[in-house]
Amino acid sequence: MKQKDVICVVCPNSCAITVKQMPDGKLLMEGQGCKRGEQYASDEFLAPKRTLATTVRIKGAFIPLLPVRSSVPVPKERLNDILDLLARIEVQAPFKCGSVVVQNVLGLGADIIATRTLGVDTCAKVACELR
Amino acid sequence: MLYDFAIIGAGVTGTAIARELSKYKVSAIVIEKLSDVACETSKANSGIIHAGYDAPSGSWKAKMNVRSNPLYDDICKELYIPFRRLGSLVVALAGQGTDYIEELYQHGVERDIPVEIIKELSQIKKMEPNITDDVEVVLHAPTAGVISPFTLAIALAENANINGVEFVFNAPVQAIENMGKFFIVDTPGKSFQARAIINASGLFADEISRMAGDESFKITPRKGEYILLDKMGDYVRKVLFPVPTKKSKGILVSPTVDGNVFLGPNARDQDSKLDNSTSLHGLDEVIEGGRKLIPRIPLVESITNFAGLRAVSSTNDFIIGESKVTPKLFQAAGIQSPGLSSCLGIAEEVVDAVKASGIELKLKENFNPTREKPIVFAELPWSERDALAQWNKQFGHIICRCETVTEGEIVQAIRRPVGARTVDGVKFRTRVGMGRCQGGFCTPRVIKILARELGVEEDEIVKREPSTKYFFGETKEFRQPRAASVNGSEVARP
Amino acid sequence: MMQKETDVAVIGGGPAGLAAAIEANKGGCSVTIIERDDGLGGILQQCIHPGFGLHEFKEELAGPEYAQRYIDMLGETKVDVMLGTMVLDMTPKKEILAINEQGVVKVQAKAIVLAMGCRERTRGAIKIPGYRPTGVYTAGTAQRFVNIEGFMPGTRYVILGSGDIGMIMARRLTWEGAKVEAVVEIMSYPSGLIRNKVQCLDDFGIPLYLSHTVVRVHGKDRVTGITIARVDENWKMVPGTEIFFSCDTLLLSVGLIPENEVSRKAGIRLARTNGPEVNQFLQTNVEGVFACGNVLQVHDLVDNVAIEAKRAGAMAAMYATGIRLPSINSPDAVPLVAGRGIGYVLPIKVNTGVDLALASRIGPVNVSLRVKRPVDDVYVRVKNGAKEVYKKFFKHLRPSEMVIFELSAAALNAIDKAQPIEAYLEPKPAKELSEAKVA
Repeated sequence: MKQKDVICVVCPNSCAITVKQMPDGKLLMEGQGCKRGEQYASDEFLAPKRTLATTVRIKGAFIPLLPVRSSVPVPKERLNDILDLLARIEVQAPFKCGSVVVQNVLGLGADIIATRTLGVDTCAKVACELR
Repeated sequence: MLYDFAIIGAGVTGTAIARELSKYKVSAIVIEKLSDVACETSKANSGIIHAGYDAPSGSWKAKMNVRSNPLYDDICKELYIPFRRLGSLVVALAGQGTDYIEELYQHGVERDIPVEIIKELSQIKKMEPNITDDVEVVLHAPTAGVISPFTLAIALAENANINGVEFVFNAPVQAIENMGKFFIVDTPGKSFQARAIINASGLFADEISRMAGDESFKITPRKGEYILLDKMGDYVRKVLFPVPTKKSKGILVSPTVDGNVFLGPNARDQDSKLDNSTSLHGLDEVIEGGRKLIPRIPLVESITNFAGLRAVSSTNDFIIGESKVTPKLFQAAGIQSPGLSSCLGIAEEVVDAVKASGIELKLKENFNPTREKPIVFAELPWSERDALAQWNKQFGHIICRCETVTEGEIVQAIRRPVGARTVDGVKFRTRVGMGRCQGGFCTPRVIKILARELGVEEDEIVKREPSTKYFFGETKEFRQPRAASVNGSEVARP
Repeated sequence: MMQKETDVAVIGGGPAGLAAAIEANKGGCSVTIIERDDGLGGILQQCIHPGFGLHEFKEELAGPEYAQRYIDMLGETKVDVMLGTMVLDMTPKKEILAINEQGVVKVQAKAIVLAMGCRERTRGAIKIPGYRPTGVYTAGTAQRFVNIEGFMPGTRYVILGSGDIGMIMARRLTWEGAKVEAVVEIMSYPSGLIRNKVQCLDDFGIPLYLSHTVVRVHGKDRVTGITIARVDENWKMVPGTEIFFSCDTLLLSVGLIPENEVSRKAGIRLARTNGPEVNQFLQTNVEGVFACGNVLQVHDLVDNVAIEAKRAGAMAAMYATGIRLPSINSPDAVPLVAGRGIGYVLPIKVNTGVDLALASRIGPVNVSLRVKRPVDDVYVRVKNGAKEVYKKFFKHLRPSEMVIFELSAAALNAIDKAQPIEAYLEPKPAKELSEAKVA
């Protein structure tokens, strides 16, 4: 029988939830404070997901890195694969905040999108005056 | 090239001697094992120009201190070194008696140093409002002052360099060979030939001396720990010394010349000449000592702590003059406190010893006693700030927000004679990163400016020595080396 | 010397400054943002992790994305932005002296909003003994290196302090292929949000040492290792509990301090929190000067910064258009004090007897506070003498989570000026608790 302790992060209450899976696949839960917590714990038990935020290399901008994130949470166990892939990418400026860097990354149903505008609108640049 | 003099060590003593020698028609090189001037003992000390009443009568320490103290006004004007004669108070607390104060007072009178004994509490409080109520009597010496020891060394080095003295850094002396008519000084990258050697190598003066054949003394490191507080107006106004106790030689509280306040040092003999680390109980000792003088000193204003090593000689005095064993080896060794207060006199004394040894020194006609005045933006009036920024926009670009240092000042520090090559080099010339954020904001920017000015990559910039690098490669490199990166569109396909 | 006049000057173009400026502009004022960096967005530009704007935009945005939303909104306005301009002096007459690459700029404002943010506490502020090598960075400096400058400051890390930036950096560094050996926290509980502990430490098996601190930095040139040890309840090291980690970098995430050097120059009184003393109008003791965001109090959510900043912007606009707001110096300003269990509470004073028309225009008073240490099952109560002003039950309260609530205009009108208002914690009686469980 599989068992997992989950600390719920849905709200500040931080309930400590114990999830057990019965032989028939049904989940038993203890410690959850609400329905949303129950859903969170169930997701954490069956298929934990995370929003990935990192950077990719960018050419032609005043800084060498473009911040990106996954458009929706992706499976936790595939994070490393995505990070390895993103470490190999170099994009070319200009790039607009929200535009897609990698579509449907590794077929996981999430896009990798830029979270900053680089090389388009100077209003968005921070001090990097010396480059 | 055969130099007339190889000066080993670029602390305040070495640079003062270099400057003194540069008044003469000689060739000289300063050989320094670390990355800049004033990197060791000269960097981490109290920064006080003592009045001169403290050391035992007849000692080199007393003689040199008394001789040097009056020299600071002129040289600080000539070389644009901030120096403030704040005066000092030796503070005797209730129950400590007045014997010690009276002894120092006698020294002062004998040595022609202005001193006065003050017993009236209200008068003491007027001079030093936050001093402990336990004070019973103080010795006031108005000629004591505060200076930045590294600014002094930097200015002396610059001036010596303008007048022809060369400097080499990151060059630890490994061997000295005495060829009779000249010496060969070996460092890892290069060897230097010189007719005479001047040993100003601080903690390592015994080892350098031994390499040159003179084993007559030993240097023991004595650690002193400090706590530096933020600028606090005139919360502390004078240099405050306690009466020494059996346990401790005395932890002071004093303003720095820049307006910060420091507590320290404690004193602890140790074997290692390298260990300049601070310790928990050492810092506690410093706090305890400081609170005896200023009970409510606001330690929340602490911005850093550090330790320095004093070079204590086996004679417990300065060792100055030509070696009795090795002719043409001149010692300026065992320069511990009051070394900073004495270095100008020591330099004169060493040059006198050179002359006495038969080496002929001819004065230069064209000695330049000054250096270009460094621009210090923070101290300028608004009209000048405005004009400066319009002349060169780098002076309108603030890099260090805590100390208000501009890009222009940093560039200037790099381009000056014996200019900054490291982040600490910039810091000690401009005060970048010395403020309350301790470089958190400006370090990345200073690295950029250094890389640009020196024409190197940013990851080649170091804090001090080559082993103090900042970076371990670029972001993403741990997962994928840069060379292997490919065009995004190719890998983007699912 | 360039001279400029503006209705409202906003010092700082981070999230607080942006929100304040947009709001002040809505109030019909000419607005100038003075920003020391060469771009807007402040610290958000290096906070590339998601989690911003959940309340305001109902989305989990990354820091730069959140900033971009405000920068876009600002683009719709006529707010004047002075970039690369560092404010060096400010007078009570609301004259600002700043410098940029064109020279000195003198800005005469009718009202000023302080939005300078905060800075990180350093090693000196917390007495870490040992050597002074390279490899000791504040978490924010490391964040800038990794996310913006593109350099890795180390390969193996120990992080002191479990503040949010420290924990987020632990995940960030791990994702970049570095190793985080441990996070060390002197308190007996994590000082950041639980969510960050779970997703930034637990996810990667990074150990969190509570009630521990760094007792020595090893390595004369570059960090070679860190020794930590347990501390007792007085934060004194417990001998014999030392643990050594071989590493090349120590990150510090040991707290943030509001950046008020310029405020001091204008004679603005600072509270114990290092932020300006303000009343419910976010007005400081210098009339017409307002404060918001992390320069006032260090926030944990940017959404709350925006709410506070909009209020400050609106107040500044009112002041600049000639509406006099009650002063914190007035005898009608009643102190709001932190009682039992409360770390601090803002505003420092609450003005009573506010003109009804003005009060209704301004709306209810926002109170924010933090508890001293984590507590369960308590009431937050606010009393004025014997009178109850506010009472609410909380299942859990932590210092990392700011409590924000409103006091109604009606409650304020009943305030007795002769007595302070006190906010404090009161444990829920055990009887009530057991009854609640049964129910």
